[in-house]
Amino acid sequence: MCLAVPARIVELKGDEAIADCIGNRIEAKTTLVPKVKLGDIVLIHAGFAITVLDEEEAKKTWQLLADLDNFSKTDKRVSG
Amino acid sequence: MLERINRAYTQIARAQKVLGRTVNIMEVCGTHTVSIFRAGLRTTFPEGLKLLSGPGCPVCITDQGYIDAVLSLADRDDCLIATYGDMIRVPGRKGSLEQKTNKGNIKIILSAEDVLKLAKQNPAKKILFVAVGFETTAPATAVLANEAFRQGVKNLFIFSNHKLVVPAMEALLSEKNHRIDAFLCPGHVSVIIGSDAYKPVVERFEKPCVVAGFEPMQIIDAISEICRQLADRKPEVASLYRAAVTAAGNKTAQKIINETFDVSNGWWRGLGKIKKSTLKLKKKFSHLDAEKQLGIEFIPEEDLTGCCCGEVLCGLMDPPDCGLFATNCTPETPVGPCMVSSEGACAAWFKYTLKKGKVDGGRR
Amino acid sequence: MAAGDKILLAHGGGGRLSDELIRSIILPAFKNDTLCRLTDSAEIQFGKDSICFTTDSYVVKPLFFNGGDIGRLAVCGTINDLAVSGAEPLALSLSLIIEEGLELEVLKKIIGSAAAAAKEENIPIVCGDTKVVEANSADKLFINTSGIGIKMPRAKLGFERIAVGDKIIITGTIGDHGMTIMSHREGMKFESNLKSDCASVAEICAKVIEALGDDIKFMRDPTRGGLAATLNEIVNQSNCGIEIHESSIPVNPTVKAAADMLGFDILDIANEGKVVIVVSPKKTEKCLEICQGCKTGKEAAIIGQVVQSDEPLVELETIIKGRRIVQMPYGRELPRIC
Repeated sequence: MCLAVPARIVELKGDEAIADCIGNRIEAKTTLVPKVKLGDIVLIHAGFAITVLDEEEAKKTWQLLADLDNFSKTDKRVSG
Repeated sequence: MLERINRAYTQIARAQKVLGRTVNIMEVCGTHTVSIFRAGLRTTFPEGLKLLSGPGCPVCITDQGYIDAVLSLADRDDCLIATYGDMIRVPGRKGSLEQKTNKGNIKIILSAEDVLKLAKQNPAKKILFVAVGFETTAPATAVLANEAFRQGVKNLFIFSNHKLVVPAMEALLSEKNHRIDAFLCPGHVSVIIGSDAYKPVVERFEKPCVVAGFEPMQIIDAISEICRQLADRKPEVASLYRAAVTAAGNKTAQKIINETFDVSNGWWRGLGKIKKSTLKLKKKFSHLDAEKQLGIEFIPEEDLTGCCCGEVLCGLMDPPDCGLFATNCTPETPVGPCMVSSEGACAAWFKYTLKKGKVDGGRR
Repeated sequence: MAAGDKILLAHGGGGRLSDELIRSIILPAFKNDTLCRLTDSAEIQFGKDSICFTTDSYVVKPLFFNGGDIGRLAVCGTINDLAVSGAEPLALSLSLIIEEGLELEVLKKIIGSAAAAAKEENIPIVCGDTKVVEANSADKLFINTSGIGIKMPRAKLGFERIAVGDKIIITGTIGDHGMTIMSHREGMKFESNLKSDCASVAEICAKVIEALGDDIKFMRDPTRGGLAATLNEIVNQSNCGIEIHESSIPVNPTVKAAADMLGFDILDIANEGKVVIVVSPKKTEKCLEICQGCKTGKEAAIIGQVVQSDEPLVELETIIKGRRIVQMPYGRELPRIC
């Protein structure tokens, strides 16, 4: 029931951060993730970072997404 | 990818054999409902699997009394209503916030922080924050309440209707005629509450509880795991969203929720009263509590004749089985909130599977 | 009419409610065959020529955005309505409704923009009007335009020409304009590399018609309501269905991420420099080549085909090869947190 997007912390001052989500820079509060560091990837929901993502696990998901992309492209050829 | 789907098929078949009937998995989270429909997942699964849409849509389960109270405050000249976009089209008995936006006193916000800014920019107005959402969203409201308290803000009022997921899951399983074999647990609520929060559900009711992310293959994997557990008759909690969800959850968020809210009984549209399922502001924050300060009167929920949102939310019915679906109740003329919210089961069915009055393929 | 007895913002959104408003109030009142065709430009016979005539209004907020402003938008948007109708644009009108108190510098900048856009395409703005209304009676500036053009002799476009087997091309990435505008909206502000695709599509339209003539069956620019609205308009007016492939649809990753952040479906988001082209199967590759050779068509792609269908439906094959239906959007996409 909750939209949350992964974004990388690119600026951090107190509990206010700017996070980059594939070229979109969004403001987020880090009150709920006090140990967050510059460069961490967080999940942002309703203007708040709700967790720091485990980067290794996140990479696996991104790899899956890339595989999915390949899957959908190789198997189909929209007949031109 | 194909192996992934094949694995799921194998497990579904195994589970079906053991149960002797269709496997019924409830996806508790509205965002899962939308992800499943957007990816066309239902059309990739065999007949033996049925995905039930559960009460995980905060907009859908918001009782009508709450919406009516917000609408009556929207009519007041001294009030500004701050709300997430999700609530704009939810119908009360006298229309929705969408029909009042021409007054200019309804502000769509994306973050609870915006509410604080609104309060400071409009010192002569009373700012009402429509605080809905599950445990994912409650911490933001808690932070807002604490900041408003610390800064001595006097014109901000939080109307909390935050709901808790696990009490709802348990209430569903306590219904005699439920059809639920397992739960696909919400990914982002679990970030906050931790996957261990579902242990009582497994222990009491012996139903698999698997946490999944929102990408289609994460959902497919979760369905595989659920069916494997059902086939092996070994229900347990499993998290397949390891990048974001830990067993214990976000302790900071849990702490601030506990310090800001009391858990009380609450009314859920379609499910009725569920004990200890709703968050209300603690006494310390009474001066910020809309219910205490703004003369809100809860008018008991009117029975919407023919509306089956309750049964749909409980997984007892598919949207097309409701007599009002796609006839009187459409996205333009919604009767119940399940049709309004983009992640409401009825809206998702309508948008993604409806073929001119008949429903196609997605009936699983 | 749905949703009470008042006009809602969604009635202007190019989706279901707009459609209802037009069909229930506007068409019955003005009742004529030309209007009822609901084409991007009206075609009026004038001797042996067909004149194409179109009108549009621009109320975009904010006035200035990355990639353009309301002036440029007004000129390109009007040219585009003529171009997708197979017309060579001849001239435009530009009328202003200005809110009292608007800074002169702002107006100058916008007019300059409009002039530059018109000059780029060599199309003169030949007439116009200026009105000023009291403060708070209009939101800074509204622009109304109209445009006329001459139909190219080789253009044979129309819903009735669309046939099963035809292919569908989109001339570039979707959602750029709509998401750029959203990113400026109050309460949604975020900084980004997003850039509106606001541009004239006259070059692409002229080239494909010139080269392929009646193999081009239909064209439309997917503005408000996005690709979803345009494809639904096509199936509702022709007797076919459409099947598109999610993995073929070009999307800028930043735009997709922005849409995901706010909970929007990218198919419903406005574009201002793209064309949906329905082309015969034997000329599809050639059409694609021509598009990709044009300035605004570098990322053109074949996204689907017209199919036999009992119901007028747009079906999407998803990235995991599932299927779902793409509905006409509501007309007001609201940001979600859930």
